[in-house]
Amino acid sequence: MIFSSLSDFLAMGGHAPYVWSAYGIGLVVILVNVLSPGIARRRFFEIEGERERRAAVRAEQE
Amino acid sequence: MSSVSLAATPSASMLLVGQVRRDLKIAMRSPGDLANPLMFYALAVALFPLGVGPSPERLAELAPGVLWVLALLATLLGLETLFRRDFEEGTLEQLALHAQPLFVGVLAKIGAHWLVTGLPLVLFAPIAALMLNLPMQALDTLMITLLLGTPILSVLGAVGAALTVSLRRSSLLLALIVLPLYVPVLILGAGAVAAVVDGVDSTAQVAWLAALCALALTLAPFGAAAGLRVGLD
Amino acid sequence: MASLKEWWHRLGSPRTFYAIAQRAGPWFTGLGVAAIVVALTWGLAFAPPDYQQGNSFRIMYLHVPTAILAQSVYMMLGAAGLVLLVWRMKLADMVIVAAAPFGMSMTALALVTGAIWGKPTWGAWWVWDARTTSMLVQLFLYFGLIALRQAIPREETAGRACAILAVVGTVNIPIIKYSVDWWLTLHQPSTFTLTAAPSMPPEMYLPLLVSVLGFYALFAGLVFARTSNVILDRERSTAWVRALVREQTS
Repeated sequence: MIFSSLSDFLAMGGHAPYVWSAYGIGLVVILVNVLSPGIARRRFFEIEGERERRAAVRAEQE
Repeated sequence: MSSVSLAATPSASMLLVGQVRRDLKIAMRSPGDLANPLMFYALAVALFPLGVGPSPERLAELAPGVLWVLALLATLLGLETLFRRDFEEGTLEQLALHAQPLFVGVLAKIGAHWLVTGLPLVLFAPIAALMLNLPMQALDTLMITLLLGTPILSVLGAVGAALTVSLRRSSLLLALIVLPLYVPVLILGAGAVAAVVDGVDSTAQVAWLAALCALALTLAPFGAAAGLRVGLD
Repeated sequence: MASLKEWWHRLGSPRTFYAIAQRAGPWFTGLGVAAIVVALTWGLAFAPPDYQQGNSFRIMYLHVPTAILAQSVYMMLGAAGLVLLVWRMKLADMVIVAAAPFGMSMTALALVTGAIWGKPTWGAWWVWDARTTSMLVQLFLYFGLIALRQAIPREETAGRACAILAVVGTVNIPIIKYSVDWWLTLHQPSTFTLTAAPSMPPEMYLPLLVSVLGFYALFAGLVFARTSNVILDRERSTAWVRALVREQTS
């Protein structure tokens, strides 16, 4: 660790607003990119599974 | 155009000339549409002094960039309809089925587009230069760069027009696709004129513009032809 | 040669690619996220401050990889476009659909972090320097590509149109970069370069290297994951996807 204390680390030698806002935005963009495919995949299987179940019910009724 | 028709087979050159003539004839039928890009150019040039003030020095400083940026925008005006009419009437399909490769017909249509939008801009340049108080020693550079640059704008624009030919309202999308590709032309063209205004040699920019013109004229018609085939499917 | 061709065709089959992507994707994503976390922590807390810029230079560990990815992803879109046009491989179109939004987000992130870094370094949020300007044009290239894709209703037409545009754009990128570089030297000779790599000590550039590799791995993982989703969506009525749906939801 190059900083002597946690508050030193958070202060970033006076550049805190710049460093932390850049990293914050970066974190959000990366998180959205990492999480969105999984969410889309789950939604696909939910919708298609529902359709599959309905088709099965219909087949039973007939 | 003559060098192209010399290199190609007779029937290709006949197709080329016939297509250009046909397109020009159609353009002549509606003189209003024909004059639109030029009118837009003149009007937009006239708006600039109203926006930034009439100071001759300031106008002279802005003139190279303004004249070139407006040339890009004026070229966009005729692009949307470049292939649209032929696409809707089925003429494009005939052109695609022609014994000659599609890019010959495409090149002809681009040539006609340049004759009715690019060339008038070049010829109007002296008046536009006067309106914006461009120093007279830069006028010939302005005209030469426009003469070399506007064909690039037409031919790159044709790629965008081909890709969006099947869409009904495409003008904004077309601008979004084409304008980033125009960046080098703008930089070189405006840069050459600004260099002459500053009393610096502009041979390098003009030479690069000529090289890009040759490159674009040889490669982009293939892109436009490929794009049209996609639209025709 | 026959086996190579066969392999190429099998890779081009969405079902085979889906199977590969399901296995490989999570590894790449995991590796990428891990490398990025390590690199950014390293860069934030352990790398020495820059003697000129102080601590604001730590934005570099985020800014440089995203800027590199912004360009690499577009190059890859151009390559995929060429594959689609030459071999008519549908998978290439699916990869374009999957990768373009990621490339756009990287370009936007590079611009935003560049602006934030620029404020303490140049004293202005936005400076028309060569790299910033090229990156802005790059962002518009992504916008155009994605807008064209969404404007054309027919999937196949849209795919091939986008492939052509990606190839045209890729051919143009070096010309744009060159002209922008030149434009800058004409207008204001830039005296300040943000990062001169050779002059950086190893404890400064090693985290950067790890970060760049991490972003590449993340990109690979996300392309696998997102392409899988596109495959599922397009092949939703095929027997194997239906079987998969039953298996997943039972």
